[in-house]
Amino acid sequence: MKNVLIVGATSAIAISCARIWASEKASFFLIGRDPSKLQQTADDLKVLGATAVHTCILDLNDFNQHEEALDECFSLMDTVDITLIAHGTLPDQSECERDVAVALHEFSSNGLSVISLLTLLANRMVMQASGTIAVISSVAGDRGRPSNYLYGTAKAAVSVFCEGLRARLFKSGVHVLTIKPGFVDTPMTKGLSLPGLLVVSPEKIAQCINKGITKKSNTIYAPGFWFFIMMIIKTIPEFIFKKMNL
Amino acid sequence: MVDTLSSWGRYPAFPQTPHFTHWRGDLSDDLSDLASSYGSTLPYGQGRSYGDSCFAKTDHVLQTAYLNRFISFNRETGVIVAESGVTLEQVLSLVIPCGWFLPVTPGTKFVSLGGAIANDVHGKNHHVRGTFGRHVLSFNIVRSDGQKITCSLQENSELFSATIGGLGLTGVIESVELQLIPISSSKIDSSTIRFGSLNEFFSLSDEFDSKNEYSVAWVDCHVKGSSTGRGVYMTGNHSDSGDLTVNVKRKMSVPFTFPFSAINKMSLPLLNSGYYHLHKAKPQQAVINYEPFFYPLDRIEHWNRAYGRAGFQQYQCVIPENNAESAMHELLAAIASTGSGSFLAVMKRCGDIVSPGMISFPMPGLSLALDFPQSSSLNSTLFPRFDTIVREAGGRLYPAKDAHMSGEDFRTFYPDWKKVEKLRDPALCSRFWQRVIS
Repeated sequence: MKNVLIVGATSAIAISCARIWASEKASFFLIGRDPSKLQQTADDLKVLGATAVHTCILDLNDFNQHEEALDECFSLMDTVDITLIAHGTLPDQSECERDVAVALHEFSSNGLSVISLLTLLANRMVMQASGTIAVISSVAGDRGRPSNYLYGTAKAAVSVFCEGLRARLFKSGVHVLTIKPGFVDTPMTKGLSLPGLLVVSPEKIAQCINKGITKKSNTIYAPGFWFFIMMIIKTIPEFIFKKMNL
Repeated sequence: MVDTLSSWGRYPAFPQTPHFTHWRGDLSDDLSDLASSYGSTLPYGQGRSYGDSCFAKTDHVLQTAYLNRFISFNRETGVIVAESGVTLEQVLSLVIPCGWFLPVTPGTKFVSLGGAIANDVHGKNHHVRGTFGRHVLSFNIVRSDGQKITCSLQENSELFSATIGGLGLTGVIESVELQLIPISSSKIDSSTIRFGSLNEFFSLSDEFDSKNEYSVAWVDCHVKGSSTGRGVYMTGNHSDSGDLTVNVKRKMSVPFTFPFSAINKMSLPLLNSGYYHLHKAKPQQAVINYEPFFYPLDRIEHWNRAYGRAGFQQYQCVIPENNAESAMHELLAAIASTGSGSFLAVMKRCGDIVSPGMISFPMPGLSLALDFPQSSSLNSTLFPRFDTIVREAGGRLYPAKDAHMSGEDFRTFYPDWKKVEKLRDPALCSRFWQRVIS
């Protein structure tokens, strides 16, 4: 039976992953901000077969609380087999351009909070010398686009941080998986006009993540076809890219 | 991502814009937001209603597909509580391994719990268990004035009865408490018997319905004369022993909408006759999985696309026991004479168990469901002919399948519509309701 820690447990992708693990009778430590949503998620997982579900209410921008939350998790579970870092927001780019405070706050939510958590978490995982840390980054971190480069910047930071962490933890038997989803049909993307053919369900992303964890992949695009899309986008020379309205 | 939604029959064409709701706590705000932006809306689950009963008057629907969490499941008592967007498929996957099954299931598992209540669906066991609504212990409903009301037979019983079969008009169902039935195996002991005429069907049904949990018949609506109403009678019971396993079969799919209907005057007689002769004249017994027994069409994803771009209409009526045989003869003769008949022609003897629903469809008697590829002659000539037969026999039509019923007929068939209208949430209205009550 797996022990699973999920940060941002009420996000659509996290819930879909958790449902897979719940049916395999996993035990959970769920971290989230909204007590009611966290409780509803916990109830659902219990019905679906979870052995135990602990919840922890936390505003992830309150970095001082990170250590305590992780302490609680590791005291309840002797080993953590899977950690999924799934929290995030989708900033309003134009607001980030007008207001520095908004920009920095969003960078903190999507970037700094992940760095803080992963730093504390990595040391605990090294102690147990096993397990996987799966981190949801984004295809948006592969290239800075005018329409959402604040989000992209934070995700780029997360991707590079994970790359370094992966190499560091590899020697101690801890695996780090970077997940780069494309467009996903979730509450976070509610109201955006996205190209229908490229949008997939959170359940599909969850299958990709679960497979990536099992196969100990390093970086996965979810679904896999984004690898090819991003390969093309990454090769567009800057002098053309800057003229494109992406 | 803002793809529009249609109904299962894809007729009439009123593309619906979905507005998603994700959390129980947000439901009230989402409902009032929609009401203030568009005037009114309608909850939309899986879109398995055939006609226009799942269309909002404003064409802006409140999509409950993401309201799909379980809340509790008592493995000892078989009582399950879940959000209204949970599908019957989700319920089955969870409960079968624990030895429980749906008390009543329609012919597809891709419907939501909310939809099953709103249409008070029935199944092959109507003669012994009545409609779905009879097994609903309680539900919570959210109204546009911000109230959340718990309804059951004991508590707010009027709203409970108006909501069961109430076509989603009395509020948005947030969560449902349902009593399941125990099973010892996920297998079904089934038997099939061919019958040569309507008369033979009635004697089979009289003899075997009461001895079996499930019974249904398929009827060949292409033959005339003395074999009118020939078909295949099927019964089934949950097996006493065996595994409790959820079938996960790879699904086939109709990948695109056919340019014209594959079910047409050329293919239908062949399909019908072929299916009839596929079954041996002698009774056949078999132990089969629950999936092919209850949900044969669920194996083919998007089967409605085979009816082409114009879509199709289903005609489902129920005729009271006294007039059932004669009216059914007339209906089948009318179909056979036009040659436009249906492949999916299903007959089911409904029992006398009363539903709590005010405007629930079934009544003691014989129900007939037929699918027709859409053409303008359906609403202008064929259906009016059927309607006359049904009306004169004292029967009625099923709103969940309907795209043509006249307002006058609806109000005659369902005299309690006024009570539902009185309890209707002012922020909810469907194209169907607008059509039949004005």
